[in-house]
Amino acid sequence: MTTPRGSRRRFLFATTALMGVVGTATARTIEGLPWTSNEVYPPAEARPGPWRFFTPEEGAAIEAIVDRLVPVDELGPGGKESGCAVFIDRQLAGPYGRCEGMYMQGPFPTNPLPTQGFQSSVTFAEAYRRGLAGLAAHVARNFGGKKVPQLSGEELDRLLTSMEKREINTPEFNASSFFDLVHNNTMEGFFADPIYGGNKDMAGWKLLGFPGTRYDFRDVIARPNTRYTLPPVSLLGRPEWNPGGRS
Amino acid sequence: MEPGGAQLMRRLPRKDAVIIGLGWTGAIMGHELCQAGLEVVALERGPWRDTASDFNIGTAPDELRYGIRGELFLNNSQDSVTARNKMDQVALPIRKWGSFLPGNGVGGSGVHWNGHTWRFLPSDFNILSHYRERYGEGIFPENHSIQDWGISYDELEPYYDKFEYLAGISGQAGNINGEIQPGGNPFEGRRQRGYPTPPLKGQHAQDLFSKAATELGFKPFPMPSANISQAYTNPLGVTLAPCTYCGFCERFGCANYSKASPQTTVLPVLMRHPGFEARTQCEVVRVLKSSDGKTATGVVYIDAQGQEWEQPADLVIMAAYQLWNVRLMLYSGIGKPYDPSTGEGVVGRNYAYQANSSVNGFFDNTHAFNHWAGAGSLGITADEYNGDNFDHTGLNFVGGANINCTSFHARPISARPIPPGTPRWGSAWKKATREAYNTFANVGSQGSVMSFRDNYLDLDPTYKDRLGRPLLRMTFDFKPNEERMSAYVTEKMVPIMRAMGAKQIVANPKKGPWNVVPYQTTHNTGGAVMGDNPRTSAVNKYLQVWDMPNVFVLGASAFPQNAGYNPTGTVGALTYLAADAIVSQYLKNPGQPLVQA
Repeated sequence: MTTPRGSRRRFLFATTALMGVVGTATARTIEGLPWTSNEVYPPAEARPGPWRFFTPEEGAAIEAIVDRLVPVDELGPGGKESGCAVFIDRQLAGPYGRCEGMYMQGPFPTNPLPTQGFQSSVTFAEAYRRGLAGLAAHVARNFGGKKVPQLSGEELDRLLTSMEKREINTPEFNASSFFDLVHNNTMEGFFADPIYGGNKDMAGWKLLGFPGTRYDFRDVIARPNTRYTLPPVSLLGRPEWNPGGRS
Repeated sequence: MEPGGAQLMRRLPRKDAVIIGLGWTGAIMGHELCQAGLEVVALERGPWRDTASDFNIGTAPDELRYGIRGELFLNNSQDSVTARNKMDQVALPIRKWGSFLPGNGVGGSGVHWNGHTWRFLPSDFNILSHYRERYGEGIFPENHSIQDWGISYDELEPYYDKFEYLAGISGQAGNINGEIQPGGNPFEGRRQRGYPTPPLKGQHAQDLFSKAATELGFKPFPMPSANISQAYTNPLGVTLAPCTYCGFCERFGCANYSKASPQTTVLPVLMRHPGFEARTQCEVVRVLKSSDGKTATGVVYIDAQGQEWEQPADLVIMAAYQLWNVRLMLYSGIGKPYDPSTGEGVVGRNYAYQANSSVNGFFDNTHAFNHWAGAGSLGITADEYNGDNFDHTGLNFVGGANINCTSFHARPISARPIPPGTPRWGSAWKKATREAYNTFANVGSQGSVMSFRDNYLDLDPTYKDRLGRPLLRMTFDFKPNEERMSAYVTEKMVPIMRAMGAKQIVANPKKGPWNVVPYQTTHNTGGAVMGDNPRTSAVNKYLQVWDMPNVFVLGASAFPQNAGYNPTGTVGALTYLAADAIVSQYLKNPGQPLVQA
């Protein structure tokens, strides 16, 4: 019932050519094991530099917030120095910010059940734009015309706490859901691989004691309940392996 | 044709068999059919994926990309489902996967699974008659539709064996030909031989759990694992490498060739088979039927350019993920759709899930759990409260759960437990997170979910996929039966955690309502269930559609209800059973039912 591979393949091509379907097909007909050397899909490295998504004012506000969510203290650097704002900016400028890959067709209900999850037509990028505007207006109103980065650490902590506890939600500014979004993305940035712009010098991993992407821990398995002492490694290696580089 | 109606559908040359979906079931079936001399095409709606190109060691261990953003999963923009808890609610689309994570692409969910590879208990297969005989009719919950599988464990045993030896599963047998083996699961059904490779090595948490559980009278044993402990060459001649405990397993492809997947066990042979061809990014939109409606004549699929093709075939194998098998049957008019108001019809009937729970333990800093050095199935299990391994008299529920202690990862975005009451941010959070990260351990349970008349699948009246077809609608909730089961088993887990030495213990039994957001398990089952009666099952014991004998529906869609184990072992076994029936019976007399209704 089978025919030799080559002839069958020619036949299929002939068929499609006859039908005039020539193309930039991403659909593939595969016989045998397809192999292309060096065919890997590395992520694009996020590098410091100008904001890609935030306006300067938005960026400054986010930097102030991430530095309260992950403060500088005796345990290590804070969210700003660790690149959390850069991480969020690059994420929002990319597919994540546009909710690519998510189901974004309507109708969008106004009263979903609590068990039905995300039901908004507003992309994450747009949610930041609106949320930061709402926060700026709230701060200007309640802190004598100040901007977010001009608040003291204590003031900002109190403000973030009131956002988290749903104390300042208004119909125009859903402060608690914006807080949850920023909190979630800040944690992603602080603990994701440094290749995405946050977790600079693997600060998040060092805080935890996560050894990173070493991929072979048979030495650890051989000695249960033993503290691991080697420094972490990321997809970019280690800073000292990349003079002038980042990881 | 559906979208852009101007194009003509083009007809391709006939194949002996068309397989819809190239994951575990499609790859195994493809190989068995090609070996029997058939010319087979597999249509896969996702991309081609392979170890060196897509799960490369320099890119694979990336938590954000794969663990959080979910690059290996089906995009919800390509296809999703709507969900609700009860029939009088409006179902809404799952806009981003949460509770479960369907795979996409060649290898399917078999690429990103954790690798727990179980056999169900013998009494799981005749659960209705078994409980009825032991406890009487009163044990069954209100509105249930629990039913026997139409097949016995003993009938399935040779096929479990075949799947385990294909995949090189690492484990410790508990019952070889009726003889109980020390260190194995004393409750398991009899197996013809031990596992192909020895168990994985345990971590500190497993050591503590084994000791504590043993002292409390349990008989803990190593979890059977598809992350394999040593190099292994399977009967097809494909070699897997030993697991390195990298901690990037579930949600990730394995860069080490250490996790059994279609890529590491079947595809290297299947893809080179002269009778086999795969077409990727080709989505089957419906199965075609003969004019009398009694036979499938092939399928229609849409390629990446939106071109519609007809692929005629003598045999149609539905090998998509459980949800998509059911949906394609509903689209294609195969089998009678289930109607919950009358209880009639079979397609969409008996959707079930899994009821898992956890007991979290925070330990003092003399412990270093190092869960980041983990493997998907690195764990110890105790089966005393699974299935009907314990007396259910007076308990007021059917089913049970396995109790386990695993170390499968400590990836930093998602695995940072902190004791209840700790702030979520700020210096106090940093301190608590640092302290708990390596001094935290978990005892979990994996619980059965029974089938109920109002837990089911149908087509959504409002929401459409990108091709304009209705999304599948899930109506599901955890019922009191499952909540009572989970509360009971979780209570049995707390003393183990206490004996392990935790200084603070937090128990989380499963409670409704089911929420689509937090990840729970990708063990969706039912909707095209197997059985011995065409009024209550969509397929017979060989997974053959009752009223369309040249269509076979593989996968967990055949489970009449779900057991207290991960499904893949049973899915693999059922696939080998169906393949054997096709090759040794069906092909001798094609187009005929293998079981008379």
